[in-house]
Amino acid sequence: MFTSPKSRFPALLFILAFAMYAAFFEGLPANAAARTFDQGLEKLTQKDFNNKIQGLEQIVQSKDPQVEKLLSALLEGDLYYTQKDKEVVYATKSDGQYTTTGVLSNDVTQQVGSRSIRKIGINNNIRKKLKGWLSLLQLYHGPPRERADAVYRLLGKLSPDMVDSLKDLYEQETSHKVRQALATAIAIDTLKTGNNEAKLSALSQLKGSLHPAVKTGLINLINEKTSEQVQKKATKILQRIESRIAFYGFLETLFFGLSAGSILVLAAIGLAITFGVIGVINMAHGELIMIGAYTTWVIQQLLPHHLGLAICLAVPGAFLVSALSGIVIERSIIRFLYGRPLETLLATFGVSLVLQQAVRSVFSPLNRAVSAPDWMSGSLVLNPILSLTMNRIVIFFFCLFVFGALFLIMKKTSLGLQVRAVSQNRAMARAMGVPASRVDALTFGLGSGIAGVAGVALSQLTNVGPNLGQAYIIDSFMVVVFGGVGNLWGTLLAGLSLGTANKFIEPFSGAVLAKIIVLVFIILFIQKRPQGLFPQKGRAAG
Amino acid sequence: MNCNRLFHRLLFITAALFCCMAIVSPASAKDTIKIGVLHSLSGTMAISETTLKDTILMLVDEQNKKGGLLGKKIEAVVVDPASNWPLFAEKARELIEKDKVAAVFGCWTSVSRKSVLPVFEELDNLLFYPVQYEGEESSKNVFYTGAAPNQQAIPAVDYLMNEIGVKRWVLAGTDYVYPRTTNKILQAYLKSKGVADADIMINYTPFGHSDWQSIVADIKKFGTAGKKTAVVSTINGDANVPFYKELGNQGITADNIPVIAFSVGEEELSGIDTKPLVGHLAAWNYFMSVNDPANDEFIENWHTFIKNPNRVTNDPMEAHYIGFNMWVKAVEKAGTTDAGAVQDAIIGVTVPNLTGGYSAMMPNHHITKPVLIGEIQEDGQFEVVWQTPGLVVGDAWSDYLPGSKDLISDWRAPLKNGNFKVTK
Repeated sequence: MFTSPKSRFPALLFILAFAMYAAFFEGLPANAAARTFDQGLEKLTQKDFNNKIQGLEQIVQSKDPQVEKLLSALLEGDLYYTQKDKEVVYATKSDGQYTTTGVLSNDVTQQVGSRSIRKIGINNNIRKKLKGWLSLLQLYHGPPRERADAVYRLLGKLSPDMVDSLKDLYEQETSHKVRQALATAIAIDTLKTGNNEAKLSALSQLKGSLHPAVKTGLINLINEKTSEQVQKKATKILQRIESRIAFYGFLETLFFGLSAGSILVLAAIGLAITFGVIGVINMAHGELIMIGAYTTWVIQQLLPHHLGLAICLAVPGAFLVSALSGIVIERSIIRFLYGRPLETLLATFGVSLVLQQAVRSVFSPLNRAVSAPDWMSGSLVLNPILSLTMNRIVIFFFCLFVFGALFLIMKKTSLGLQVRAVSQNRAMARAMGVPASRVDALTFGLGSGIAGVAGVALSQLTNVGPNLGQAYIIDSFMVVVFGGVGNLWGTLLAGLSLGTANKFIEPFSGAVLAKIIVLVFIILFIQKRPQGLFPQKGRAAG
Repeated sequence: MNCNRLFHRLLFITAALFCCMAIVSPASAKDTIKIGVLHSLSGTMAISETTLKDTILMLVDEQNKKGGLLGKKIEAVVVDPASNWPLFAEKARELIEKDKVAAVFGCWTSVSRKSVLPVFEELDNLLFYPVQYEGEESSKNVFYTGAAPNQQAIPAVDYLMNEIGVKRWVLAGTDYVYPRTTNKILQAYLKSKGVADADIMINYTPFGHSDWQSIVADIKKFGTAGKKTAVVSTINGDANVPFYKELGNQGITADNIPVIAFSVGEEELSGIDTKPLVGHLAAWNYFMSVNDPANDEFIENWHTFIKNPNRVTNDPMEAHYIGFNMWVKAVEKAGTTDAGAVQDAIIGVTVPNLTGGYSAMMPNHHITKPVLIGEIQEDGQFEVVWQTPGLVVGDAWSDYLPGSKDLISDWRAPLKNGNFKVTK
C-alpha cells in the first residue's frame, strides 16, 4: 500500500508542505490575519481562561510567522503582559529583573522589575491545546526525529481531515523515521475507516508497534463486527504485542528492583564498614546520610547556576563533612564504649536525636529542595512502553562506583590492610605495631563518609529534611545482617536481591505487604542462618 | 562500675534536657486569658505544625494589640507534643489542668486528635482543629475548622468528572485512617455516579514511602487504556516529594494524567522543585494566591511577624485564623471564657475568611467554606481554576457511607447530640 516516491524537488516539497500547513486552518487574507492576531493577543491578557482559548484560536488562525514562538513561550511560561498598557511581551528573568521584548514591536527590549509585568497564566486545558498545535506546527519543519515525535504525540487524537493531510505529507516525506511514524498514524486510522483489504494491510503495517494507541485501535477492531480474516489477524497481532509488553514489563520491574537495591546498597555499605568491620551498632548512621544530603543542598545554594557541577562537588564535599562528623562522634563517644554494644546503641541513638534536632534548629524543620541537573531528570526512552528514568540509572552506576572504590580501599591500601588486621584480631594487630585506636577512628570516618556520599544520591530521590535518616536506618541494618556482617560482597548482593525481590512482590501484594513479606523472609532466614549470606570465614568469625 | 556511672550520667543529662524542653514561658500574670497551643515542634510532624504554632502566636499578638479580650491580655501557652501521639494526650491534660487554659488550638494528624479527644471530653475544654480530615466524628468539645470530605474530596472529584471528563480513577493514599476513610467515601461516591469497579484503582503506601517507581509505572499503564484518567492523591507529608519527582521523570504530565492532591499545599511545595509539577491540582479552601484585601493583609502581617518575606501561607493557617476569630467573637458574645458558655455562644458565629467571604460555625461544629481547585504554578503557588459557586457546609457524617448516612450532629439544645440517628 505504501510505496516510497523519493522527491527530488525540495522547493516543490516546501511549497506543498506550506500549502498543507495552511489547509489545517482556514486561510485568511493578510490584512484580516494581522487583525485577528492582534485581537487574539488582546484576549490573552484577560483573566478568563475561555477568553484566552478564543484568543489563542484566533492567533493560530492568523498564521502569523510568530505563532510557534508565541505558543511555545506561553507553554514555557515566558509570556507576560505589561501592567500599564496590556502589551504582550516575551520576558526572561535574570537577577530579579526581567528583560522584555514586545511581541508586536519585537525590536524594543526593556529591563523592568517584576511588579510592572504579569505572567499570562494558563490551565491544563490550554496547555493541552498548546501542545496539540505545536505538534501540528512541528510536523512541517525541524529535524526528522522531532517531526517523528510530533506524529507520535498526535496518535489517537487525530481528526479525519488531519489524517488526510498526514496522507499527503506521507507521500512527500523523505525521512524513513518520519515515514514510519506517519504510516503508523494512517494505519491506526485505517483500522477504523478502511475496507477489509485495507484493514488487513494496515494490520501488517502495525505488526511490531508498541504504541498504546495501536493497542487501543486493535482492541476496538476486535470488538467490532469485521470479517473473520481481519479478526483472526488482529487477535494474533494483539497477542504478540501483549507478550512483548509483558516481556518489557518484566525488564522494567527488574530495573526498578536493581535501582531500589542500589539505594539499599548505598545506604547500607557505610554501615557494613562501621557495623560489619569494627562492630559498632551506629544508630546515627541515618543522620550521617542526612548530613550528606544537607551538604549537597548547601553546595547547590552556593552554586545556583551550575547544578551539575554542584552535584559533582557534593560527592567529595559530603564525604568530608560526614567523615569528620563521624570521627568526632567516634573520638568523643563511641571510643569509650567499645565492647559494650548495648551502651553504644543507646548512645548513638541519642546522637541521632541530637543531630536531627540540630538540623531542625539550623536549617528549620521544613524540607529543602535539591534540584536535579538536566542529565539526571527525565527518562531514557527505549520504546513506547519501556523507558528508564535517568536519575535511577545514574544512581545505579554511582552505587557500583562507590562499591568498587570502597572495595579497592579495603583490599589494596595500607589503611584497608590495617582495618582488616584490627577487625580480625585487635591484640595481635597492636602487637604488630598497628595503631589500633587511630585505625578505629579512620574506619569509622570512612564508613560515615560513605554514608554522606549516599546522602548525595538520596537528595536526588527523596526529601532533604530532618527525618531523612530515620527512613533508611532499619533498611540498612536489614541489608547488612542479611548479607553477612563484615562482608562487602554480601552487602552488595543482599541489597540488590532484597530490592529486586521487593519490586517483584509489590505488584501482587501492594507496597505495604511487600515490605512485610521481605521482613518476614529475613527473620526466617536469620533463624536458619544467623551468619547471613556470606559469613566471615576463619577464626575471626567467632 | 564505670559503665553504671556513665549510664547514670547519660540518664541525668537526658532528664535535664527533657526538663528544659518542658518549661516554656512560665511568666504568667493574673489578669490574662490563657490559650493552649498543642502543635509538634519536633519529630516528624514538626515540618507542618511549627507554622501553625507561629500562626496562633501572631493572632494572639494582633488581638492583644487591639486591646485583648474582655479587657484582659491573651497569653499563649506553647507545649511540644513531639509528634508522639500519647504525649499529645498528656500535654493536653497538662494544659487544661495545670495551666488552666480557656481553649486549645492544635493537632494535625487524625491520630493525635483521637488521642486527645477523651481528655477534652473528660475535662470539658475546647479544641480547635485546623486540618482537613476524614469526617465521621463529632464531639461536643472539638471545633473542626478544616475541611470535612464533602468540603474537599467530593467537590474535587466533581470538578474532574464534569470539567475535565475523567473516566478512570486512581485513588492513591498513605496507609492510615484519613486516606482510607476518604477513599472509602470517594469509592462509594464514584460508584453512585456509575463508575465501574474496573475503572477504579486503589493503592496504599507506607508513611514516608520513597520508592515510587513501580506504582507510578502502574498508574501509567492504568492511564493508557484509552479513557481519561486522573489520580486522586491522599498521600501524606514527606512521601509526596519522591512521588511527584517520579511522576515527572516517568513523563506523566498534568495534561495526560492530572493528579489532584488533598494534602499538598504551598508549604509542602516550598520544599520541591516545582517545574515538573506544573498543572497538577490541589483542592483546598484557601490559596495564598487568592486576590483579596483580607488575604493581602494576612500575608503582610505574617511576613512581618515571622521576619521572612519568603514564607508562604496555607490552608490550615487560614483555618486557625477563622477558628481563633470565632473563639474571640464567641467569648465576647458569652462574656466569659467558660467552656460551656462558649460552646453555646459559638454556634452561628460568623467571621470573615481570607477568600473574600464569611465562614459560619454550624451546629455540628463544622464551618462553612468555599472549595477552590488550584493548579500548581512554576513559582510554587496555585492558580485557582475553579471554585464552588457558594459556601459548602461541612458534613460530620458522610452521606455516602452505609453506617453514617442516617446520622446527624446538632450541638444546640435540646438535641445536643453528635451522632443522632434519623429514622427514615
